[in-house]
Amino acid sequence: MTTATVAAGSVPWWRRVTRPWIVAGILVAWVVLGTLLRGRDTMALATQDTTPLHNSLTDVRNWVDSHRATAPLFSGVLDTIRTGVGSLTSALQDLISQPSFDRPVPLIGWLGVVVLATFGAYALGNLRVAILTAAGFVAVGLLGLWQESMDTLALTVAAVLLSLVIGIPLGVYVALSPTAERLVTPVLDTMQAMPTLVYLAPLTLFFLIGPPAAVIATLIYAMPPVVRLTALGIRQVNAAALEASRSLGATRWQLLRTVQLPMAKRTIVVGINQTTMAAFSMVMIAALIAGPGLGQTVLQGLSALDVGRAFTAGLAIVILAIVLDRVTTAASERAETTYRAGVNEQTRRTRRLILAGGGALTAIALYLSYSYYWASTFPGPKRGGVIGFTVDDAVNSATDWARHTLHPVTDAITKVVTYGLINPLQALIAESPWYLVCAVVLALTWTLAGERSLIVASVCLALLLASGLWESSMVTLTSVLVATIIVVVVGVAVGVVLAHSPRVDTVIRPELDAAQVLPAFVYLVPFVGLFGPTRLTAIIAAVVFALPVVIKIVVDGIRAVPPATVEAGIASGSSRWQIITKVQLPQSRNALALGANQGLIYVLSVVVIGGLVGAGALGYLVVAGFSQSELFGKGLAAGAAIVVLGILLDRVTQAAARRAQDREHRLTKQRQRSKWGFQ
Amino acid sequence: MPATTSALDVTGLWKVFGPSGRGGSDGIVGTPLAELPAAELRRRTGCVAAVRDISFEVRRNEVFVVMGLSGSGKSTLVRCLTRLVEPTAGTVLLDGEDLAAADAKRLRELRRNRFAMVFQNFGLLPHRRVIDNVAYGLEVRGVGKAQRHERAREVLDLVGLTGYEDYYPDQLSGGMQQRVGLGRALAVDPDVLFFDEPFSALDPLIRRDMQNEVIRLHREVGKTLVFITHDLHEALRLGDRILIMREGETVQLGRPDEVVGAPADDYVRDFVADVPRSQVLTLSWVMRPPAPDDPMDGPELPPDMVVRDAARVVLSAGAPVRVVRAGELLGLVDSEAILRVTVAEDGAPAPRTQTAAVGG
Repeated sequence: MTTATVAAGSVPWWRRVTRPWIVAGILVAWVVLGTLLRGRDTMALATQDTTPLHNSLTDVRNWVDSHRATAPLFSGVLDTIRTGVGSLTSALQDLISQPSFDRPVPLIGWLGVVVLATFGAYALGNLRVAILTAAGFVAVGLLGLWQESMDTLALTVAAVLLSLVIGIPLGVYVALSPTAERLVTPVLDTMQAMPTLVYLAPLTLFFLIGPPAAVIATLIYAMPPVVRLTALGIRQVNAAALEASRSLGATRWQLLRTVQLPMAKRTIVVGINQTTMAAFSMVMIAALIAGPGLGQTVLQGLSALDVGRAFTAGLAIVILAIVLDRVTTAASERAETTYRAGVNEQTRRTRRLILAGGGALTAIALYLSYSYYWASTFPGPKRGGVIGFTVDDAVNSATDWARHTLHPVTDAITKVVTYGLINPLQALIAESPWYLVCAVVLALTWTLAGERSLIVASVCLALLLASGLWESSMVTLTSVLVATIIVVVVGVAVGVVLAHSPRVDTVIRPELDAAQVLPAFVYLVPFVGLFGPTRLTAIIAAVVFALPVVIKIVVDGIRAVPPATVEAGIASGSSRWQIITKVQLPQSRNALALGANQGLIYVLSVVVIGGLVGAGALGYLVVAGFSQSELFGKGLAAGAAIVVLGILLDRVTQAAARRAQDREHRLTKQRQRSKWGFQ
Repeated sequence: MPATTSALDVTGLWKVFGPSGRGGSDGIVGTPLAELPAAELRRRTGCVAAVRDISFEVRRNEVFVVMGLSGSGKSTLVRCLTRLVEPTAGTVLLDGEDLAAADAKRLRELRRNRFAMVFQNFGLLPHRRVIDNVAYGLEVRGVGKAQRHERAREVLDLVGLTGYEDYYPDQLSGGMQQRVGLGRALAVDPDVLFFDEPFSALDPLIRRDMQNEVIRLHREVGKTLVFITHDLHEALRLGDRILIMREGETVQLGRPDEVVGAPADDYVRDFVADVPRSQVLTLSWVMRPPAPDDPMDGPELPPDMVVRDAARVVLSAGAPVRVVRAGELLGLVDSEAILRVTVAEDGAPAPRTQTAAVGG
């Protein structure tokens, strides 16, 4: 036993040497015992069954419902919030989407909205973006989804406005006060990391179902970016300018108004952009709690397996998202250069003229759309629009064609993945006795992630058991693991290719960036068409959703390997494959660990949504909690189980990655020391 | 407030950086810890004494230069004088008023009216035009737009930037940006102007121009200037008196000719080693007492005339030049003395109170 070279608190030699053997041993034991004990003590619960815990949670909801009118917390604070948010949303809807003021049409019809939006896009950004806006809005109308789009827009705008009104001052406060930062940052982390399905049920408890709850749900997810970026922008203000202004006797308020906010404007507008995109990605989730608009259409399409319908609505969402993204990005670019426009009199005057002319045109359009029917309701058939049905049908036929033509391929993939990965894993994880699975998880955690993670793992496992949803959790876990394995393997492969060939990278990178703009559910639509409503659909959609992030991280990690090291490898005559496997991948271990961790998180959020289209398990239970009143408590418990699962996976994988990194450092140091003769 | 001749009176100023409280920065001044060298102090307490027991007095309308290398504590010192950094100990009297006693409101008032600062990295607001940058101090004070723009235009004229009112800072060169910074400080009409290494970021030719600007402005506008620099030549050119700092402590405080002619220790001697003596030393450093057989008909010159300026007169005069102040004869200067200083760069052996050992 070479105790001399072991520092205090490091890994004992026997574990260091035999770690891979231990892991292998655990897995073998698991397979053997799992096969022997299959089907026993799995803690399965039929969909309609509830445990006492679920019942008491449902009772809470009933209590809240019956006391809603009387308890001061509800009738006072929460109801005020609800009515306030509701008024904002209805006001916006009355403006652009819903019949209002005893008229059969909204206040501003399609012509008014299109011209107003185009004008606004020009004023905030530039001409190119204005044209894009006009095109996008008209396209959405042509798809026959004008009213739904305006509803979605009203919802999103309401959520974004509230996010800004609360978020920007909060961001300023966080930037200026270390206490605020310490308190607020964990809250922001939770708001962003928690799968959105999870807090829907508690929200309906407080705010009922409907537009207010939908807006608030969107707000929770969308507010953190603007808070963080505002704080960042303020903190990054040029210290010299700040000091100079302070030395001239400016008060804190004057500093904020004249120095910090103007100089942070660019970053704040980026925050507005991020918040808007986040709000858009919530559109479908909001539909689950009766948020009006395109989300409802997608939901209807998905439930009826009408791929065409879901696709059209999804397309409209994507178009609106892209338009808003471009406009807010152009606005942030203008914020950078806007103060330069002052010197060039010519450009300033031209812009003023265009703005004046555009303003007049907008006023005319608004008047027209207020007074005339043709300018108010989008032309074309009421249902399906000018091209809506065409697109609808085209997509449906394309999907059918694809399903038939690609049947051999999809069938093969389905069989391979289902029988090769999903079923075996599900047998091991969900159909083995719960005590076996717990033991395996704890053993693996201890070996790979260390003693400290045991506590987290034990607590999480205990919570899952107590929730009464053990089996469903394990089924969801299986899907998550399968998807993560696939995404890591494919992500690393593609990442290596991209890192090695800059040309391919320049072609593919913009697509990867664009893909991150799209909300998660968009990926469900095509795969539902191809693979039907199965677990596989959710898994494949999750893989596609998480892939861009994993690829980007892997590419960055490989590129970060010092060129000198790679050159040394080449000079010593290594083949390309050897360079990849022996030099680059080992050295980018951290990036790989981060990629796996991020991939896992992204996958979790999609798999959960996939519950809507047949992946069942926890995702399905959360949604069932809304539609079936007696399952409310179970739905709430399912949401909590999702969070616990996420925490378990996140913490354990992070700890394992950290330990691997530490081990690497220790080994490197030992090697260095022995090389130089120190001891 | 009693009328004082000193614009700024600093006594026993200390600034210690480190963890706050008794165990940290507050528990060092006045204890034996204060005597420790810097490395030892940091090791024992984790604190760094950037300014150690500095005392000096700045007279009205004088140009007071604080000089030192990087890490000498001069930037910290000037920030303590305006309380941009809070001193750990010591008093700062601005025109007799204790700065430390001023509350936030009074401090703001003082900053708006009584003193102003020019910064090394200019500190201009990039999103505002030049005229709005210059008028910023007035805007903060609450002066109306028309009024402050008018004053800003006056000041821009003063610093030579007429016509650039509508430009943005990033459209100007470094020298012009610093002029804007200077204008901004002047616009509030302060009693004392602080300069924190204002020309370090500029190239040498522009630096010389800006130094001339400062000299000209001082002659025209006549304010008290406290000037921080690490450039010895700049200090000697601009300063009426110079405070040399090293590692937070005072090394020498005196006029330029005193610093060059009688350096306080080897550090200063090393520092001033390659300064042309003839441009700094005055006749009082090179004169000798009159001997009985000296001709007394040479031209008269004042004792504070710089050697270089006097060289031509002395060298072309037939007889030793008499150094006279208010009718009193202080000494004689002959060509040999001039040549020794200008050619041999031999610093004067001693100030005038001692007899100069001059060879025959």
